[in-house]
Formats: sequence, structure tokens, C-alpha cells
Amino acid sequence: MSQSNRINGGLIDRSQTWDFTFNGKKMQGHPGDTLASALIANGQKLVGRSFKYHRPRGIFTAGSEEPNALVQLRAGAHQEPNTRATVAELFDGLTATSQNHRGPLEYDFMAVTDFLSPFLSAGFYYKTFMWPKAFWEKIYEPIIRSSAGLGSLSMKEDPDSYDKGFLHCDLLVIGAGPSGLSAALTAARSGARVILADEDFRPGGRLNSETLEVDGMSGSDWAAHTVAELSAMDNVRLMTRTTVYGAYDHGTYGALEKCTDHLASSGGKPRQILWRIYSKRAVLAAGATERPIAFGNNDRPGVMMASAVRTYVNRFGATPGQQVAVFTNNDDGWRTAKDLADKGVEVNAVIDTRNQPPVIEIPGARYHRDAKVRDTIGRKGIKAITLADDQVIPVDCLAVSGGWNPNVHLTCHQRGRPEWRDDINAFVPGGVLPVGMTVAGAANGQLSLASALQEGHDQAAAQLKDIGIKVAKAKLPQAEDEARESVAFWHVKESDKRAWVDLQNDVTVKDVKLANHEGFRSVELLKRYTTMGMATDQGKTSNISGLAILAEEAGKTIPEVGTTIFRPPYTPVPMGALGGRARGKDFRPYRLTPSHKWAEANGGSFVTVGNWMRAEWYTRGNEKGWRDSVDREVQMTRNSVGICDVTTLGKIDVQGKDAAAFLNKVYANGFAKLDVGKVRYGIMLREDGICYDDGTTARMSENHYVMTTTTANAVLVFRRMEFARQCLWPNMDVHLISTTDGWAQFAVAGPNARNLLRKVVDDEHDMSNEAFPFMACGEVTICGGMPARLFRISFSGELAYEIAVPARYGNSMMSVLNEAGAEFDACPYGTEALGVMRIEKGHAAGNELNGQTTAHNLGMGRMVSQKKECIGNVLSQRPELVRDDAIKLMGFKPVNPETKLIAGSHFINKGAEANMDNDQGWMTSVAYSPILGHSIGLGFIKSGDTRKGEIVRAVSPLHGTEMEVEICSAHFIDPEGERLRA
Amino acid sequence: MARDATETRDFGGSVKMRYSAFKIFMQGLTGNKSWKPVWREPDPKPEYDIIIIGAGGHGLSTAYYLAKEFGMRNIAVLEKGWLGSGNIGRNTTIIRSNYLLPGNQPFYEMSMKLWENLEQDTNYNSMVSQRSILNLIHTDGQRDAFVRRGNAMFLSGADAELVDAKQLRDELPFLNFDDARFPIKGGLFQRRGGTARHDAVAWGYARGADSRGVDIIQNCEVTGFDIQGGVCRGVETSRGPIRARKVAMCVAGSSGRVAALAGMRLPIESHVLQAFVSEGLKPTLPGVITFGAGHFYVSQSDKGGLVFGGDIDGYNTYAQRGNLPVVEDVAEGGMAIMPMIGRARLLRSWGGVMDMSMDGTPFIDKTHIEGLYFNGGWCYGGFKATPASGYCYAHLLAKDEPHPNAAQMRLDRFMTGNLIDEKGQGNQPNLH
Amino acid sequence: MIINHPILGPRDAAEFVCLGDACMIDRPDWEAEDAMQQFHEYGYLRDNPAGQHQELWYHEQGDRSWLVLTRNTLTHEITKVEMARDVARSRGRDK
Repeated sequence: MSQSNRINGGLIDRSQTWDFTFNGKKMQGHPGDTLASALIANGQKLVGRSFKYHRPRGIFTAGSEEPNALVQLRAGAHQEPNTRATVAELFDGLTATSQNHRGPLEYDFMAVTDFLSPFLSAGFYYKTFMWPKAFWEKIYEPIIRSSAGLGSLSMKEDPDSYDKGFLHCDLLVIGAGPSGLSAALTAARSGARVILADEDFRPGGRLNSETLEVDGMSGSDWAAHTVAELSAMDNVRLMTRTTVYGAYDHGTYGALEKCTDHLASSGGKPRQILWRIYSKRAVLAAGATERPIAFGNNDRPGVMMASAVRTYVNRFGATPGQQVAVFTNNDDGWRTAKDLADKGVEVNAVIDTRNQPPVIEIPGARYHRDAKVRDTIGRKGIKAITLADDQVIPVDCLAVSGGWNPNVHLTCHQRGRPEWRDDINAFVPGGVLPVGMTVAGAANGQLSLASALQEGHDQAAAQLKDIGIKVAKAKLPQAEDEARESVAFWHVKESDKRAWVDLQNDVTVKDVKLANHEGFRSVELLKRYTTMGMATDQGKTSNISGLAILAEEAGKTIPEVGTTIFRPPYTPVPMGALGGRARGKDFRPYRLTPSHKWAEANGGSFVTVGNWMRAEWYTRGNEKGWRDSVDREVQMTRNSVGICDVTTLGKIDVQGKDAAAFLNKVYANGFAKLDVGKVRYGIMLREDGICYDDGTTARMSENHYVMTTTTANAVLVFRRMEFARQCLWPNMDVHLISTTDGWAQFAVAGPNARNLLRKVVDDEHDMSNEAFPFMACGEVTICGGMPARLFRISFSGELAYEIAVPARYGNSMMSVLNEAGAEFDACPYGTEALGVMRIEKGHAAGNELNGQTTAHNLGMGRMVSQKKECIGNVLSQRPELVRDDAIKLMGFKPVNPETKLIAGSHFINKGAEANMDNDQGWMTSVAYSPILGHSIGLGFIKSGDTRKGEIVRAVSPLHGTEMEVEICSAHFIDPEGERLRA
Repeated sequence: MARDATETRDFGGSVKMRYSAFKIFMQGLTGNKSWKPVWREPDPKPEYDIIIIGAGGHGLSTAYYLAKEFGMRNIAVLEKGWLGSGNIGRNTTIIRSNYLLPGNQPFYEMSMKLWENLEQDTNYNSMVSQRSILNLIHTDGQRDAFVRRGNAMFLSGADAELVDAKQLRDELPFLNFDDARFPIKGGLFQRRGGTARHDAVAWGYARGADSRGVDIIQNCEVTGFDIQGGVCRGVETSRGPIRARKVAMCVAGSSGRVAALAGMRLPIESHVLQAFVSEGLKPTLPGVITFGAGHFYVSQSDKGGLVFGGDIDGYNTYAQRGNLPVVEDVAEGGMAIMPMIGRARLLRSWGGVMDMSMDGTPFIDKTHIEGLYFNGGWCYGGFKATPASGYCYAHLLAKDEPHPNAAQMRLDRFMTGNLIDEKGQGNQPNLH
Repeated sequence: MIINHPILGPRDAAEFVCLGDACMIDRPDWEAEDAMQQFHEYGYLRDNPAGQHQELWYHEQGDRSWLVLTRNTLTHEITKVEMARDVARSRGRDK
């Protein structure tokens, strides 16, 4: 049956024939075909099944509004569910399969639901499936879920790539139909930067589907000429296959360009590009969508929109039927009959709901005036229609025209509400449009060709004038105003069979009436109760009809009932395109420490810390697991010396005459008096008095301080300090620079730290404990003159320094330190050993500074000065935050030293029931201490400071464990701090 | 004619039709012609015992429990739009009780238990589906925090389950285990978590409240309060003044606007949260999956759409719409964690106005004005709270004392310092 | 959204971080008798208007300026963009 319905003419390239398959059946088509037009040419009527009743369905439209002809395109990981055959371009070798049926498409087992339809009225599922209770999740819901849904994902990773891009223009023209082309032409000839975008692969809109003329040539020829002129201009970007899917604030639009979907293979190029378009002005020329009329069994394959029939015949040279009837309530439907007849296709009836003489004489067709189609016959394809007066007319295609709905969608994306126009029985853009947008042509209710061309020009000219661009004079394209009279006619009351409103979701006129009867009278409630307009087509062909029927039923006018809200996207956008390149390892950028390469070469294993990759440990020789490495690193550091890259800590350079006063305001503890060459530990509060961050600040010179923050809060602390500087104390002479990436910084810790550094730091710098004591800092030179900064600070509790060099020397510095340390058996250590040592020392880190704890909780309440103005000190004194029985940070050790503590355990007093009322606190951090030889932990517990030595239970029902722990000091190692002052 | 045996009349109310499979069968045989309206459309009376402002999920559930559990019937629920038009009509339908803090967890577990019996209680299938919720873990620090949370859940009678990466791979093989920027190290499940059909929740409560005599008055906007000498005696509405002994605000995203009518400033900002649904697909995801590190969470509706969302846009707005950067950010998160959704298409996005509170926790409390009560500050977590919020608010309204599970959700907690800050983000609403 | 930065011209709002109501500039006097009460209001209570809203945005991916926008929370229209430092000074903030 190869191309049995192919007829003459059309904009397809017959010099090439392509093979494709539908459900494995081989078929042929031509370049210029869509999958839908090729299926029609091959006489394939049945293409899918509906959502709820699994009714046989055919192709209904010729555009992106298609509710029925959804297929799975391609195979394997490229499988693409729910693709509209009407916008899928044919390519050689295309494979498509139908979806949403069990068994073959022709004999869908699930079609049994169609016979049960009396029991499946709107919202039936809210009224049942409740007994017995357990059956919902075990039986009913799985059945509903597997029969719902449409196509399937392959469940494999999407193998294609997607790009994103940004564009700027003076005027964005959305839609390249007559008004859009006219608008673009006007703007382009005036020298404006123009973007013209159209979802179709062939610009021209309805011009390609009609037999109308412009400037004495066929509409499609005029479109091609215009496109050629526009394409040759440098100030125009013509974007075909590009759907502007959303209107966002301040002239920003989202657009999706399909780059390789029309090819058999993407050939390594991006499949699609997601554009963000910044426009000064926009003209929406999105055209209009023809709407159906509801009557009995109006969903059969072969029932099609009248304009779509014209499209297939005129543009694609394929006729949807050999014996066609037209059912219309307007003049426009008649043109389908005329175009078919002109092409030699038999038109055996024109049925007009109006009582008036024929609009056009159609040879061979019987005219039924003041008539209606009541029912259709033919389960898998229409065979005949029955009129309201019971006449039966044999047909294999029924073209239906219920009038046109302007495509107002983008005008509503910022919650503008369309307005009803009685003269064309349709909603047109109304209320407040998105800033910078105007609407032209059919989208604005100018449904005739001449008026569309005129309005496209006028709107573009007005927009250009508005942004100060002089409009070039040019002759307007000339065309006739075709006949467009219509009446409001929504559904055939004489039909006693089910009449579909929303084809895809199987919502019928009865469902709309039932919803109204049951009290779902707002159009939003109607939508939600019946699911009308919620299918993949978002009700493009159903919404207006549905609310017209609701209005009729409720005795209201259509504008009184109002519309639902159109929301982005205009047509569905693949997740892959929205995600772009940000997936897999490229999801977020990597930040590498300056010594990353050295670490890679020396057994480093890496861990994600925010966006940073840090060495978590360095595996040596025959170490079998991470614990071996971490234990060794702790022991080597505590016994001799260890080296750790701590560059990721935030560094902020604070300079200016008021730097000290400024620091005194952002830190909770005193900072007004810090000697040059000294470092101080500081805690920062949020304004709500909760501990926010901690770190050290070094005074390098009179008006120059260097602050460190935690890794996690580096950006946020800087942001807050800028806020304090610019908004709270704007007249302070203080400046901030983030230098986190500017300096590589290394901790050198352990009894031999000084001995090691002595070999690196140039001799003229006195590093003795007297000259450079604990909490000293200074600028030094190393390796014979290289500038560096040296801080004597310690996170591990050992004699320790941090040495900073310009970041580009970081990797070398790591080598130099390790080579210099060889004689001391120095080792590099990672974040795990760092974590173990800070827990041994009782230092708070992220698990303790979690944004919920106060200085009071951390045992540092007295550090919060009440004698100065600083952020957070006032609200930190609220009564609930300074309770005596508040949780306190303490150390915990297992009563049985063999037991491994669990971070996240909750503390419960001995003998108390383990429940929330008896909750005493929780374990924040745990580690195995290789020095102590058992597990240790930090945690918050109520009144902890008065409970040292008490045994409580650490329970983790999540693990099914419970263990006794002793509350102790958080300083497991060197509580007097003798080591770090050595 | 004898009344249908499955109909009952509740005093003061409309005819209540009991729903069942049998009822559907009988109606189907007779052309579905005698279904009763689900609720009445009454005109407002001059005076009520209690007026609830807002027929969203929380307002309707409050009315329902007031009538059912506290025996109060002379109640009106005033709604400026259509019933269920609040955030109950636009959310991502997740129910869970995986909270951490004592001020929250018992409340949400109470809500979960009410969800578990909701359909039998209301005789309306809200499609509560306990298909599980999973939070993914990517770092050791995150695991520690989730263990703390999981244990808090256990200690308040909820369920939780910690799984490692291997178990997850067996259960959800389509997650990105091998090429992830943030490697999956495990997850915390709440198996009893899941989803519910959001609109049906509103309808079920509305039907239940209406049948017990509650007047649900749609298209009735509150335009002012009748406050004399520090006592609230009623409201002004677009349909005239209505007196009441107690007036209960329950307007979520509109809290700022309505409270301003009573001269109140609140610890709340209004922000937009966008949410998204894909085209319908055959069963793809078994439960709810939360990828916190990538600002992405997703579930699949019974109709087949992938329902997903992420962060709020981050600026104050009442506009019920968001912008592109967040749309793309959410999709990036989705593609990063489950790259098999690349060829699924985003069908529809929408924006709901969230009443973001200053510590991320809501309020169910009296106000400083006698007779005026406040329920709000639900941030973007109000849906799961619908049953408990209604129940506890009803308790407060009926007894003038807070329900123990909501006793900490007070308006004055920022004065006392009894913060309930699950995320530890402080007094910046757009970070919660 | 597009923010017309007083120094840098129109920039995509995605480059910025929004903090919230510009009342956060008006930090109370810590030594006032009722400082706790004032800080409570400062820290927690918001007008949250449906309409014109003055709010603080930070150009984090740009020049690190804090800006005060006058923006309509119903339409998102931005009618004024000022340097926050200038606003703070004009409201009497010093050091």
C-alpha cells in the first residue's frame, strides 16, 4: 500500500524516497514530510490509543497541538516517548512505534476499559478503591499506574548532548507565519537586530498550507522569497525548528532549537539548544489553532481538523481520505472542501451548522444546511457519519472546523488574562501583556491574511519607534481578505453517544456536565476533576470548548466562566535540553587544591568538599584500607610532623584605617586590640545570635588583616562582611578582597614542625618559640627569597604552623615541604586525619557549627562580648538561648572501649525510655583515636558541663544499637595546651 | 421515594452520599445521573461561631476537624477564589515526617498517622500512596546529620531506614552511581512517606466539612477585620460583613496581605516556589527521591507525570510565577542524578507563593488581638502538614489552648529565642 | 529578571543574590533601653508588601556591590536601583 494516499502537489521533494517503519511496517516518504504526513500518505489511519479508554486514535491535527498521534520515536537509549507525529520530521530510516496498548495496536487488551466507561466517569477513582484499606497500594494503585502513563523511557542514560546559548536582540518575532514575516521584514529593513523564530522547519505558517496569494504569487512562494531576503541580512537571525516556549520577566524568553532531531543521527552534534533570548521588544505572531466540535464518537481515526486536512493536501500532497465530508460552523471550513475538490478528492458532503446559502459551490458535494453530525461509525477508522436527522453518509475522513482560537499562551505566562471577543467567538490577548510584548495577526484575533500582514507590519513599526529605531518605508505585501464568518457552536446536543472534548485524556461532554453538577464549577476545578487540558497537548484543542460547555451548563457566559491559566512551556521541553551540559561529572565545577597534582602522584585519595576536591588520605605501601592510612597519618603527625593542604579555608584580606574597628563588629569576641604580628581566634554570629563561623585573623601590619573562614562558609562570610561594610557601617575606611584562590596554604603540625620549617624558611627569620610564639604571624621569605606568610596556629593541637605562598607555587611547596621533612619521617595527611586530630583536640567543625548552635552551647558563651557593638550579640542573649540547662559540647567515650561510637546517636539517660521526650542531645562527630586506642566522640548534651563522668546511653535505633558512653571533656589530648605552645 | 440506603443526613448539613464501588456500579448502570453535588454553595450567614479565612487544604481540614472532632458546626470557610485554590492546588504532593527537631517531628508524625487513615475517615480516595521517600547522602558529614535525623524520627514513633550505596543501586539502578559529580554514598528512606492526590485532599475535607454543616463560601474575599478595643468581632468581605466569635487566618502565601488588614506584621516573607511536571510516562520511579545536593526532588504521579521541583527563586513575590534560572537549575539537578530522564519532556511549570517563615517552621497560634488566630508560615512544606495543621488549629480554636504537638509553633518564639530552625539557616527566609 | 546596575548597566538577576527587605539597613542601636525588642523587630518582622518593595541584592557574580532595588512584588517591575551604600548613608548610617 505504498503511499496510496499520495496526491499531486505539495512542498515535498519527490526526487528522493525515504524508508521508515511504523510498528515494524515498512513505509515510504519524502524529504519535507512529517511522520504524520508520511503515515497519511501511506494510508495508516490508526496510530495510537487514548489515555483512559484506550480508544483507537488517528492523526487529528497537523501541528504541535496534536492530542492523538503520539508515538515512540527511535529505539534503544534514543527512544523518545510521546513524540507528536505531526511535528516529527521524517528522515531516512526513521522508526516509530505506537504506545499505550497491551498487545498489538489493532487489538489492545486494555480497550476493555472502553466498555466499562459507564463506571469510569469523571473522578470515579475518588469514590472507590478505598476498601479494603491495604488494597490501594498493593493492588489498585499498581494497576492504575501501569495502565496510565503513555510512552516509556528507555531507563538508559540519554546518549545525546545538549547545549545552551544566550542571544540578544532589538525585536524578537515569535512565529514566521504571515504576520511574523511581515513584522520581521519591517524591522529588518529598518536595521533593527531581529530574531525570527518558528517551531516549524519550513517558515511560512499557514501560508504553506493554504492556496491564498500574496503579492500575486502563492503564499508559500512569497514566504520563501521573504525568508530568502531575511536570511541574506546580517541583522537578522532566522531560527527555524525553534519554539519560543516561555515568556519570562523583563523581555527574557526561553527558546528550544531542535538541531539534529530531523537527522538519523546527531553525528556528535548537540541534539538541541536551549536559548535564553534577551529582547528589547517582542512581537508575538504565534497564529491560531483550529478547534473541534464535540459530537458522538468524534474521536475515531479519520475525524480530523479541517485546517489539518488542508495542510496535508496542500503542503504535503497527501490526502487523509478518498471520500471526505466537512462539518463546519464557519466559512473557513468550506475552504477545505474547495481545496480537496480542486485536488480531485471526492467531497461528498458539507455540513454547516448555520442556516445559510453555501459559502462556495463544491462540485459533487451535497450541502446540508442547519445540520449537525450526531454520530460516527467505524471502530478503527471512520466509515460513515450520522447526521442529526439520521441520514447516514459514508466517509473515510471527516474534516471538522469549529472556528479558531488565537494562540494567546505566551501573553498569559505572566498571568495576563485573555479577553473574550464575541465577533470571532474566541479569546484574544487581554489585560496586561508581558513587558515589551505586543501581539499581531491571528494570535491577536486578526484571522484574515491581509489583516495579519498589515498588523505584523504595524506592531513591528510601533515597537521600533518605541525603542528609537526609525522605521524604513516599504510597500506592504498585498493579499485578499478571505471570508471568515463564524458562529458559536460547541457541541451537538442531539448526540446521545459520548462526545469527546479532550481527546487525549478522554474527557467527554458528559464528564464536563457531571463535574458541573457535582459542584466543580470553577473552570480550575473542572480541569482538576476531569483532567481536561492536562494532557501532553495542555488542552490546545480542548480547553475553550470545555469551558464553553461548562458555561452553557452553568447558565453563564464564557467570559464569566473565565479560562484556566496558560503556563510555560508552550510545548514540552526535554529535560536533557534544560539540563544542558551540566550533567555527570560536569554538573558543577571542580575546584582543585594547589597541591592536587602532587597528591595524585603520592597516593592521595580525594573527597568532595563543597566544590573542592581534597585529599582525604594518602595510601602508602601495603595499607589495606583507609583506616590504616588515617591511623598512620595521625600517629606520624603527633609523633613527628605532618603536612596538610588547607588552602580551601576561606581567606579574606581586610585593609583600611578602620579595619580593626570593623573586625570588632563582625566578630563576637574582642578584636579592637590585636598586636601587629599576632593572630587571634574569632567566632562570628549571625544577627540572630547563632554561631555562624569561626576562624583566625592575623594582623599583618597596622591596617592590614588576613582572616580565615571555614571552607564551607568562605563565600557566605565574605557576602555578609560586604553587607556590613556597605549597608551597616558605610563610612568605615575598610576594604575586603577574597584571597582564597590567591594563596596556597599548608599546615605543618607536630613536634618537628619547627625543625622542618626551619629548613624552608630563610635563615634571617627567627623562628624560636620566644621570637615566634604560639599565635604569632609574619611575612617571611622561603627557599632563598620567595615571599611567604607564616602563622603559628594549630587545629591539631600540636606545635603547628600554617605557611602560605602564592597559589602558583602551591604544588612545588608541597614537594619542598615533604622533601624537607623526609629526615623527620614527615608525612602528608588528608582531611580524615585532620578530622581525627581536631576531634581528639575538641575543636568544633561543621557538624558542631551547624547553624543551630550558640557560643553558649559550644562552651564559648563568655567570648561573646556584651561591651561592644557587634553582629549577633544582642539576640544571642534571648532567654531560651542562654538557659542553664542548654546543650553543651562535650566529649564522649565508650564505657566498653571496644565499642565503636556512631555519629548521630541520641543521648538518653540510663533507665529512661528512649523517646523524644527523654532526648538529651546527640553525638555530632566520632573518630577512632589511634593515640587513645578507642573510639571517641563529640556531642551536645543538656547541661553537659555539669555532668562530666556521668554514664548515659547513646542510642541509634536506625542501626538498632545502643551503647553506654561516659561524658568527658572534649579535649581528649593535651587539655592544657602544652604541645601547641612548645 | 425511599431514600437510597447509602445516603445519610448529618444534622445541619447537606445530603451526604456515601461513596463506594457499589455506588459507582449502580450509577454507571443508570447513566451517572443521580450523583449528588459534593458540597453546597451556601450564602454567608450574618454570624458564625468561627470564621476560617481560606479554603485551602489547611482551612478545609481545620473546618473538618472542628466539626468532626470538636463538635462545632456553626463555621464558615471564606475563600476569595475557588475551594482548593491555595497551595493545596499547586504543590508536589509529598507526604513525609522526616523531621529533626522536637518542635516539629511529633507534629509531622501526627500528620502522617492522619494521612494513613484519611480515606477511611473522609470516605474520599485522596490516593495516599506510601511509596517511600528517599534522601540521598553524598558526604560523611551529611550521613552524620541524616543519622541524627533518622534517630529523631524513630524516637518520635516514625520510621526510618539508612541504606548504603550498594543497597541503593539494587533498588534504584537508574540513579547516577558511576559518573556523578557528587558520588552517592547512601540514603535515608522513610518508607511510610510518599505522595497523595493534592486536589482530592481538599475535596475530601471540603465534602466532609460541608456534610457536617460547615458553610464553604467561595468567591468571598476578606477585605478587612472588625476589630474593636483589641477584640476581633468579625470580618468585612466582598459579600458584606460577617460577624464571628473567632476568626482564624489560614491563607498561606497571602498571610502578609491578610495580616496587614489587621495591622499585623509577621515573621514571614512571601516567595515563589516553582514546580514542574513531565509528560505522562509508564511507571518509571517507585517513590519520592530527594537529591538535596542538586536542589532536585521528584516523584511520579499515578497519571504518569514526573512531578519535580527544587529551590525557591529567592526573591519576595506574590506573582505566582518564577524565572528561568531556577527552571534550568532544577533540570540540571535532575539530569545529574538520573540522566535517563533526558528524553522525558517538561510539560508544565507553575509557581506557588510560599509563606516563608523566619526559621522555616510554621505558626499555629493566637495573635495579640483577642479572637483572631493565625496559621501560616508553612514555607514550601505545607502539604504534608495538612491533616495535623487542621487538627491542631481546630484544637486551638475549640479549646483556646495549643495541641501539645503544635505547642512550640508560636508567634513569640523569636522573642524568647525558642527557634525551630531545621536547616540552621537563621533569620533569612529564602534560605529555608 | 534584569537588574539595571547603577554602575554596570543591565545584568541578569542570576548574577545576584537576594537578601530581602532593605529595612535590614536600619540596624537598631545596641545600647538602647529596648534593644532586645528593637532587634527582634529588625531581625524578624517584615512588611512583606504586595506591591512596591525595597530590597537588598548583592552582585556576587559581579562587582560585589550591594544594591537597593525598588521592585513590585506583584509584577516584578523594577523602578529604581541604587547603591546600597548611598542609601545607607542617606538613612544616616555612619561607622
